[in-house]
Amino acid sequence: MSASTEEYLEALYTLTQDNKTATTSKISKRLNITPASVTEMLRKLADGGYVNYSRYQGVTLTAKGYEMAEKMTRKHRLLERFLHDVLKIGNDRVHKEACEMEHALSDTTERAICQTLKSPYKCPDDKKVIPACNLGFSSCEECKQWGDGLEKVGPRKTNVVSLAALKEKQEAKIAFIRGDNKALRRLLDMGLTPGTKVTISRVAPLKGPVEIAVRGSHLALGEKIACNVFVEKPINAGGGG
Amino acid sequence: MKEGRHRHRRGHQNGRRLTIALAGNANVGKSVIFNQLTGSQQIIGNWPGKTVERAEGSLHIDGYDITIVDLPGIYSLSTYSMEELVTREYIAHEKPDVIINVVGAAVLERNLFFTLQLIEMEVPLVICLNQMDIAEDKGITIDSQKLQEILGRSVVTTVASTGKGIRELIEKAIGVVGRPVQRQPVAFRNDIEEDTKELSGMIEAEQLQLEYASRWVAIKLLEGDPTIKKLVGSKSTSVIRAAETLSNRLEELHQEPGFVAVASERYALANQIVHDVQTQKTVKLSLSDRLDRLATHKVFGYIVSLGVIGLLLIWTFTIGTLLSNLFSKAFSFFQPVDPKLSGTLLSALWNGVFGGFVAGVTLVVPYVVPFYIMLAIMEDSGILTRVAFMTDSAMHQIGLHGKAIIPLILGLGCNVPAICSTRIMGTRRERLLAAFAITFAPCAARTIIIMGLVAAFVGIWWALALYVIDILLLVVVVKIAVKAVPGELTGLIMEMHSFKRPSLSVVTRQTWARTKSLITLVFPIYMAGTAIVQGVYALGWFGPVNKALSFLTVGWLRLPVVAGVLLIFGAVRKELILLMAVAIFGSNIAGSLTPVQLIVLALVGTIYPCLATVGVLTKEFGWKAAWAIIGANTAIAIVVGGVAARALALIFH
Repeated sequence: MSASTEEYLEALYTLTQDNKTATTSKISKRLNITPASVTEMLRKLADGGYVNYSRYQGVTLTAKGYEMAEKMTRKHRLLERFLHDVLKIGNDRVHKEACEMEHALSDTTERAICQTLKSPYKCPDDKKVIPACNLGFSSCEECKQWGDGLEKVGPRKTNVVSLAALKEKQEAKIAFIRGDNKALRRLLDMGLTPGTKVTISRVAPLKGPVEIAVRGSHLALGEKIACNVFVEKPINAGGGG
Repeated sequence: MKEGRHRHRRGHQNGRRLTIALAGNANVGKSVIFNQLTGSQQIIGNWPGKTVERAEGSLHIDGYDITIVDLPGIYSLSTYSMEELVTREYIAHEKPDVIINVVGAAVLERNLFFTLQLIEMEVPLVICLNQMDIAEDKGITIDSQKLQEILGRSVVTTVASTGKGIRELIEKAIGVVGRPVQRQPVAFRNDIEEDTKELSGMIEAEQLQLEYASRWVAIKLLEGDPTIKKLVGSKSTSVIRAAETLSNRLEELHQEPGFVAVASERYALANQIVHDVQTQKTVKLSLSDRLDRLATHKVFGYIVSLGVIGLLLIWTFTIGTLLSNLFSKAFSFFQPVDPKLSGTLLSALWNGVFGGFVAGVTLVVPYVVPFYIMLAIMEDSGILTRVAFMTDSAMHQIGLHGKAIIPLILGLGCNVPAICSTRIMGTRRERLLAAFAITFAPCAARTIIIMGLVAAFVGIWWALALYVIDILLLVVVVKIAVKAVPGELTGLIMEMHSFKRPSLSVVTRQTWARTKSLITLVFPIYMAGTAIVQGVYALGWFGPVNKALSFLTVGWLRLPVVAGVLLIFGAVRKELILLMAVAIFGSNIAGSLTPVQLIVLALVGTIYPCLATVGVLTKEFGWKAAWAIIGANTAIAIVVGGVAARALALIFH
């Protein structure tokens, strides 16, 4: 897959968040490419089975495309963190640098960065959430203890999405909780064990907490916690099917 | 009569002493049960060496002298928090005769997760199925008989708020005493059970003399609990080795860390039990649910939150003024309480002690106590939880989370109990930051300075401006502190329990717990401090002090030279700045001080901390952290004061 295809998928990932449909003009603006070239590329992506595209209805990602797009987005945002936190590169330059580097980033290095930065969850500009990795680990703890060799781990079996991306009334099953052992333990004790069904009861405005119903109780989880709790992706949640 | 008969029958148990501990989740009515059992005979303090509240009370019934210990509300027995550690060490070391596990009937599954852990500990246990009324409102019915059979422990249903079932509960608890400890476990359903049995068998065979039950130790080893691993490791390497093999196997089999696998299994068990004993009818939206919808609504939620805080302040001000006038009249009848600055040393000292006491009574009692009563009512009803929910994102702006709103609001009354209440924050870092924020909150005494100096002599708008400046300063300073203190915010994890009618006994207890620090810490400092500074003044030693401070007061802050004394008096009691100013300049302070000086004096006076705050900071966080906060406060007060003196000079030119 070429770097430019990856860039397209990444752009589509961001543009189709919250079940939105991307349009040619939006993509053209974002990538700074003429609409004609965008249309051309979208046809190619549709042929490859990455997007659903019809001329007047806009673009959505297919399951295959979404997976790919999420992975690239994760690499990009992780790199931004790394460049910013470790190499102290300014906020204005991390995006461009990460764009250049992400296409060459292997899973092994991606994992090493994630571990070094202690499973970060947001970009340096503190707005966009870093998606979960697609490795088949059940927890960051397991990933930390795992030696080299990702072949044996394989990819994650289910698609996951963070609680923060869900809408009110949506129901989902807990897949895993990212990061810090202590918060993980507290959530486990409150009943969020893997496989548990949770329902979003309420989402506070202005990036406020998410209230969930779990095992007959109601919990408010701050945005940071919600971003780190991943559930199996319910139908119609975030991005295209 | 009844007691006599008992004594006769159980002759060897004359006035027998028992200890019963109450354990359970937060918000299940544990405190209400504690209050029902102990009435007014309570001692509330701290666990030794820990900043965790310990409540103890006594009960005399059927010839028993029973000590009731209310353990902190927790969700698990891991070592995630200080509360959990305190609880499990208490159970192991002090071995209460019976533990009453208070369980919220409306949230049975989550509560059973904790119950199962108590059963693992093999302690004498009675289960109290409380809040049956709330469960009923939600359409939940629980077969308590069946629950009792499954758990193998007595289950008593109660509605603590009305006292229903309390008598039976205590009788059942006494009945458990002296019987052989129930060791019948509630077995896990898969390989974890086999591993547990294998390990606990080993522990028993080696006779390790642990204070904990072997089954519980085995489970903790599988979970990889660091404290228990260390404890066992110091006694037997073979058990540790076996535990490691088993927990590795467990992790491989379940594809998750040991503690996740065990927690999952325990919850699966709880879920199964709930499935067996509980039936759920669909009911119409209850009043509690409707209130909840309103209080967390995208628009109305904010209005409700503002309304709650507004109501709290209006109530405090109205009641406070009323009571304060009454008290002042009563005391002025006794003796004038204005600071005494002349006469003999002894009379100055006596006036100081008395004046300090009166200040405590007329300032703290009328304003702070009603404020805390209302706050406790709101807290117990559940509305403050919603305020915390709605304000979480705003609190994030200053680097804290929603839970910090409660200590901050408390700080509007008096900083001392507010700083104590930062204990609800998750980590030491968050506690410190919240406490630092509180030291800038305009408390009752600070309000008096602002009102007395600025509103009275410069104008009400300037007084309000000072409030705004105070709050802006809080925001800016805390934002900087968040960057300076290493570590990251953990984020909000908060239970949204149902709305309920506040319990009188819980409100009383909470108010008392908060007011107590006023009496034990604030009053003594008020009395001794006022006496000492007045004594020093009467001896005429303040002249040199004023001179020594004049580079700061006159040179930098552009205040008159006596401001040195005012500020030193203000460190003892904030409102002494005002009272002393009146004593020195006469009641028309504006005749001696310019508007700029009045504002600067009030501004500096509100920012730097008082001695009582220093005391409580030291008590809660130790010398180092306390002095760091105080140093920062004082420095900020001086810088802001000097800058304001120059900036305001331009405006009032």
